[in-house]
Amino acid sequence: MTPDSALTKPVAFHVTRYNPERDPAPSIQTFSVPVREGMTVLDGLHFIKENLDATLTWRYSCRMGICGSCGMLLNGRPSLACNTQVLHIATAELAVAPLPNFRIIRDLIPDLRPMFENHRKLKPFILRGADGEINDPSGEFFQSPEQLEAYLQFAYCIKCGCCMAACPTLATDERYLGPMPLAAAHRYDQDSRDDGRKARSPVAGGAHGAFRCHYAGECSRVCPKGVDPAKAIQRLKRQLVLDYLRLARKKTPCQKLHGPGAGPPLPNIPAAPPKTAG
Amino acid sequence: MRETRFWTWHMAAGVVIFFLLGMHMLIMHTGLLGHVYAPFAGEAVSRENSQFRDSRLTFTVSYIFLLGFALYHGLYGLRTILFELTLRPAVEKVVRAVLVLLGVGLFGLGVWAAIGARTMAAVGARG
Repeated sequence: MTPDSALTKPVAFHVTRYNPERDPAPSIQTFSVPVREGMTVLDGLHFIKENLDATLTWRYSCRMGICGSCGMLLNGRPSLACNTQVLHIATAELAVAPLPNFRIIRDLIPDLRPMFENHRKLKPFILRGADGEINDPSGEFFQSPEQLEAYLQFAYCIKCGCCMAACPTLATDERYLGPMPLAAAHRYDQDSRDDGRKARSPVAGGAHGAFRCHYAGECSRVCPKGVDPAKAIQRLKRQLVLDYLRLARKKTPCQKLHGPGAGPPLPNIPAAPPKTAG
Repeated sequence: MRETRFWTWHMAAGVVIFFLLGMHMLIMHTGLLGHVYAPFAGEAVSRENSQFRDSRLTFTVSYIFLLGFALYHGLYGLRTILFELTLRPAVEKVVRAVLVLLGVGLFGLGVWAAIGARTMAAVGARG
């Protein structure tokens, strides 16, 4: 359905097109899209696909800034297409391109595999000394709200790749691990349930790890979830140096609790009344 | 952890350079400590004052320290910049070897010069 012309404004979408099987290099194709107030870039791309060119290709899923699939370069800034309103960033012209620092699979689809390979290298999951402890379903790890706060910001990452696209180091050093995997390493290092810092350090502090970050801060500026990967990387560097100098505070991972009431009660919570049955 | 070690020393070298260059500025360019380390008349860089400093072990040692830390700091920084260009592993090896040889060579030359200046200053002081 074409939007009502009285409420719309034409915006030229300059979209990067590329089919590696056919095209020698990416090219720009321009589409005129009637944009209404509140319309997102993703809506604009849908309009193009439904009305102007059915071959336009991009990746998306949730349409609400949660899945991280629709990261792309919008007027030179890595952003989520579903989370960005056209009229917030453009009046008449809008450049839509795939995320830089990644190989293009087709049109607006970047190949995110290198990012996820780096992510996997840093063991982005809870590590404990004994596997049995992780897999034992009869209890749960106790974590206080303060302990949760220590890493919560970094846990909001949706792996959209915007930070990787904005990173100037990654633009020249393709072996650099990148902001997302390093922030994930810091997120798990800070988790009170985790005991895997030693396992991650050789990779995080490796030749293409955290120390290659110049703290340009672009990753944090473009992050659609406010994760602040630059801060995570600086804290990771400090942790690595303190570990090397043997000045780091020894981390004792939290214990697993078995059964209700086994953990320390929260402050100002009265004790449960005595059992009346059983 | 090798890179962590290199980077930690890179930072430590920066602090040492900041301190030693600060001392250099105080002695040579502000005159705040001039009366201690430049007791002869004239500027702090005059021949007599330079000979006076060169003859002192503290200065010889500080020259060698400054040289060593500055070379390490600078060459590690250069290595970082070069390695960010995504060089082939074989090229990286060559760059690493060249920088180590360059650093060791320049350090040796500088140490020889600092000790030579000290010897010459001591001979000059004896007359």
